[in-house]
Amino acid sequence: MCGIAGILNLNEGALDEGTPEVLSSMIRELSHRGPDESGFFMKGAIALGHARLSIIDLSTGSQPICNEDRSVWIIFNGEIFNYLELKEDLEKRGHRFSTKTDTEVIIHSYEEKGMDCLNDLNGQFALALWDEKKQTLYLARDRVGICPLFYTTYGGRMIFASEVKSIFQYPGIERKIDFKGLDQIFTLWTTIPPRTIFQDISEIPAGNYLEVKNGKFQKKQYWDFDFHADDPPYKESFYAEQLTHLLVSAITIRLRSDVPVGVYLSGGLDSSIVASLIHRFTDNSLKTFSITFENKDFDESSYQKQMVDFLGTDHSSVSINCEDIYKVFSRIIWHSEKPILRTSPAPLYRLSKLVNEHNYKVVLSGEGADEFFTGYNIFKEAKIREFWAKDPDSIYRPLLLKKLYPYLNLPRDKGNIFLKKFFNYKLTETADPFYSHLIRWKNTAVLKGYFSSEVKKALAGYNCLEDFEKKNFEDWNIVSRAQYIEAKTFLSGYLLSTQGDRMLMANSVEGRFPFLDHRVIEFCNRIPAKLKLKILSEKNILKKASKPFLPAEITERKKQPYRAPISKNFLGNDQKGYVLDLLSSKRVKEAGYFSADGTQKLVNKIVKLGDHLGERDNMALVGILSTQLLHSLFIENTG
Amino acid sequence: MDQNELRKSVRNFIQENFIFDKDYSFQDDSSFLDEGIIDSTGILELVAFLEENFHIKVEDEELIPDNLDSVNNIIHYLQKKVSKISVLV
Repeated sequence: MCGIAGILNLNEGALDEGTPEVLSSMIRELSHRGPDESGFFMKGAIALGHARLSIIDLSTGSQPICNEDRSVWIIFNGEIFNYLELKEDLEKRGHRFSTKTDTEVIIHSYEEKGMDCLNDLNGQFALALWDEKKQTLYLARDRVGICPLFYTTYGGRMIFASEVKSIFQYPGIERKIDFKGLDQIFTLWTTIPPRTIFQDISEIPAGNYLEVKNGKFQKKQYWDFDFHADDPPYKESFYAEQLTHLLVSAITIRLRSDVPVGVYLSGGLDSSIVASLIHRFTDNSLKTFSITFENKDFDESSYQKQMVDFLGTDHSSVSINCEDIYKVFSRIIWHSEKPILRTSPAPLYRLSKLVNEHNYKVVLSGEGADEFFTGYNIFKEAKIREFWAKDPDSIYRPLLLKKLYPYLNLPRDKGNIFLKKFFNYKLTETADPFYSHLIRWKNTAVLKGYFSSEVKKALAGYNCLEDFEKKNFEDWNIVSRAQYIEAKTFLSGYLLSTQGDRMLMANSVEGRFPFLDHRVIEFCNRIPAKLKLKILSEKNILKKASKPFLPAEITERKKQPYRAPISKNFLGNDQKGYVLDLLSSKRVKEAGYFSADGTQKLVNKIVKLGDHLGERDNMALVGILSTQLLHSLFIENTG
Repeated sequence: MDQNELRKSVRNFIQENFIFDKDYSFQDDSSFLDEGIIDSTGILELVAFLEENFHIKVEDEELIPDNLDSVNNIIHYLQKKVSKISVLV
């Protein structure tokens, strides 16, 4: 991965003389993404800058890179894993290459096909491509949103960068929180692109590119998730066998690198199968990395050890405790550039630091398997609720829900009456496109009660789902609809960014995700939902494919959601310092997003209850604290 | 403790522990669950409050919305409970 930034004059004429200096400071702000070198190109209306993390073609891979006649220029963050195959084809067509990079492949592919070349790329990327002859700038992101890309306009210029902090280096840009973005995060956990948490800063949506010509912007979608399943379906064994072939291919091309590649090993099915297939089908020496928790409720180290012994890997792990999370939390918000409702990015920040300390720049991990192989409870919840909705008075149907949420903390609810009451919200409205997520979003949206009167007034009448592009769901089953929503919100907006790219790049580490190879996703989405989520058994096909390569304890273990401790981190005995200051009435009123009274009540309750705090109060604490930190770091500019 | 004091005590507990939105006012018959006032852990907090403050034991079979899902339901439940164990006046 790398960092990119640029400035385009939207009016006639060349950029100002002071532009190189501004662009330099923008690139400096991205140095964690690319510590190895930086490069610049400026001509006429365009200025492009690049911070490089050298992974492929260490000697001649500097950017920006241009074509043979220097009329097409590119800055590129990411990897094109099928670049060798594309290059071979392009050379047959007469293109001459001056580097061994994947970046140059994009330029020649563009010359061949225009922006349709994006369809040929198997990879993860955010790029800016300048076509001098057409005087057109293209900004593009990969299909699922692994690499970030933001932009804004100011004073007749378009300013874009991998991270918002870089854009803020442009003189004069106002720093303000977008209340609608805040509303989205306090409902959906993330913003819906192009909206971000910062007013007037936009994000290129995953699977899209932006064409900028003559001062006009045109957004085009080149890829989206499609859940049209095979009809009639093939046998489970066929899907499992095909999946193995595809995964081996996805992994093999993701090991292409001129530096060593490590693997994250959580102890769960997804990262274990990635590690095991590397062990079985490649000659890559296996270096694995894990997080362990002092708190046994969150710890998976026994499964990690089992996999380490099974594969004989060279393994390193780092143990996380509450104090660690407290200490790094401000850095987490600096890098994530968003309020968060959980602390789970913090341990991943520490994990990528461990990778960096071992001089590794690249790791493979299992992200994406839960979304496309139906690993999450939200898919089961949707299925059970739909089943229950067919007979809303049934006593037994809702009892299936009890299996999903053992931590719901209703040990004495013998009649399961509370359970039913929690889950019967809009029970029979199964045609609602957002049916699967209604309860989660309703429960999260309660946190908006903490908003200040000013924020509430500004948001009056606003429905945050307005920004969700309408999709024709009618012929998709309820599980596929849930998968689509989860992929469009939680996966790209949170898992791959806040918890993914941002925590990896914070320590100059690139993540690669075989389950997010678009061939794997497209294959998986053609498997009928009833085979992926067989009755209520999640990841059925993936488990079948994994069986020959993993110990039974790993394939058959109950899924443990990845979570990290919360309230104890911030208001435990020794850890109150900056937290109490940021949550004080004075600071809360100054920032203006939350009610000072409500926040004070929450603090009192946390101090009183300590570890016994419920989910909602924990989320409120992290949400308010992270927003206050975001305000301090970015709006007050103390970062 | 008379009924008004009882009501005041329960309302105050709900207000202080679950209502963080100063613009939101709840009625004595507002359903805690339907209106999202209390989540699953909140019910346990509520039970702990009742047991501690009114010196009662909330039995498993009493853990139902009819007893605990609104201020009115709680008052009604406490009064029934009191008449059985004669703790409250």
